[in-house]
Amino acid sequence: MLKVTIDNHTIEVEEGTTILQAARLIGGAVVPPAMCYYSKLKESGGKCRTCLVKVAQGSARDPRPMPKLVASCRTLVADGMVVQNITSPEVLDTRKAIVEFLLINHPLDCPVCDQAGECQLQDLSYDNGREGTRFEEAKRTFKVVDIGDKIQLHMNRCILCYRCVYTANQLTDKRSHGILYRGDVAEISTYIQNDITNDFSGNMIDVCPVGALTDKSFRFKNRVWFLKPMNASRSCSKCSGKVTAWLRGEEIYRVTGRKDQFDEVEEFICNECRFDKKELTDWTIESPRNIQRASVISQNHYLKAKNPSVILPLENRTVSMEDFDKEINNELYS
Amino acid sequence: MTTINQNTGSLSGRSRVVSNKEMTFAERIYLPAIVKGFGITIGHFFKKSATIQYPEVKRPIAEIYRGKHVLKRDDEGRERCTACGLCALSCPAEAITMIAAERKEEEMHLYREEKYATVYEINMLRCIFCGLCEEACPKEAIFLTNEIVPSDLHRSDFIYGKDRLVEPLGKRVDVTHRQTAKVLAFKKDKNQSHNS
Repeated sequence: MLKVTIDNHTIEVEEGTTILQAARLIGGAVVPPAMCYYSKLKESGGKCRTCLVKVAQGSARDPRPMPKLVASCRTLVADGMVVQNITSPEVLDTRKAIVEFLLINHPLDCPVCDQAGECQLQDLSYDNGREGTRFEEAKRTFKVVDIGDKIQLHMNRCILCYRCVYTANQLTDKRSHGILYRGDVAEISTYIQNDITNDFSGNMIDVCPVGALTDKSFRFKNRVWFLKPMNASRSCSKCSGKVTAWLRGEEIYRVTGRKDQFDEVEEFICNECRFDKKELTDWTIESPRNIQRASVISQNHYLKAKNPSVILPLENRTVSMEDFDKEINNELYS
Repeated sequence: MTTINQNTGSLSGRSRVVSNKEMTFAERIYLPAIVKGFGITIGHFFKKSATIQYPEVKRPIAEIYRGKHVLKRDDEGRERCTACGLCALSCPAEAITMIAAERKEEEMHLYREEKYATVYEINMLRCIFCGLCEEACPKEAIFLTNEIVPSDLHRSDFIYGKDRLVEPLGKRVDVTHRQTAKVLAFKKDKNQSHNS
């Protein structure tokens, strides 16, 4: 077992654990946000850079700090490692810059987007982003590509996290979409239009952290925060049949996988459950699904507030978080 | 402990014992009291009337009065509302409902965004005219005007649909006075690019 300290919380983890996984074991505010890492998908992570943390002490044997911030989803812990996430102003500053980078080409059409309210990029920029934008140039736009009758692709919103590509790779034996081109013009596409037909293709919607891949059967039907998430199940020959049904009154507006506190699905579900079973009689409604209180989906649900975990500032930290924010703002705006 | 007034038995100390004293002759013929009452009534004939003949005459209303809503169009006459649902979410009286739809190719000149509200209803009986919808709107689509919602005979007539909320093309509603200097400065800020 390896002993690792993250933001003054010490935890013992097995060898081969990444910093992000160790932080998730601690939970609360210590967990670095992750846009591309998905624990259920092998090899995911290392692309978005939002989970960067500072390693103040490499290990017990070699206590030197790591020279640069490291991606916590790809860095393995070592015994005696000391990691700073939200206790390090450097990390917070970098995260702010990364959010700005991610938003450079993001259209900010949240009022139109179906993902709004459960969008990880929205949450990330609320937590770490700046209020204004410094980007005055025209945003990058793509031609609309129809990738199938079930899923709507909005390439403009994509942040190239590769999650959907890994999903297709790892759930099916024949992936039919991928990233075309390189660099600034890289885009998710099928090359041949209307090509996504696989039975588990709908999971791409669930893994997408932004509104790039959305449910066509739910398109513009309702806003997620007006719907009531319920745990529902049915016996399905293809998948576990355990889903979240999003209801308003007696009507099922959409069906998704059950997502955990890190916004990752517990089990992947099949397209039949997701797109074809929209009647209340198809499902056994089990219980209301718990959504974190901070989410807009919990609006008006009157959940009990949970106190956030308190993280003591590191001894060598001199500026308070507020002062630090002010400093950064002054620097950027002056 | 409360003390009880020994004379009246009152807890509050404000009750009075009814006086049954004999009336005098002048009081018994009632005439002086009647004349006095007429005097007060006739005196009102010569005072300035407090009532006005609404709706022919209207009292002045503040420009920033919060009255009937308007759904604004943009400079090109397209509807600004994109049915994001934030007004309905912010509404404390839950007076707003809407159904969204996708804009078709031939409707580009009607709606500004890809998504628009096919049905947009405000129940004026529920509305408390707080103006939170106006504050929540990210598209500057809904505003409150200084027009008063008229009375009506049926409850169903108070549910205002798009026919009564969207501003007519020929009769644009000016809402600039509702936007303070601070808001206008905010809109001009190039760092706030979502305002167009």
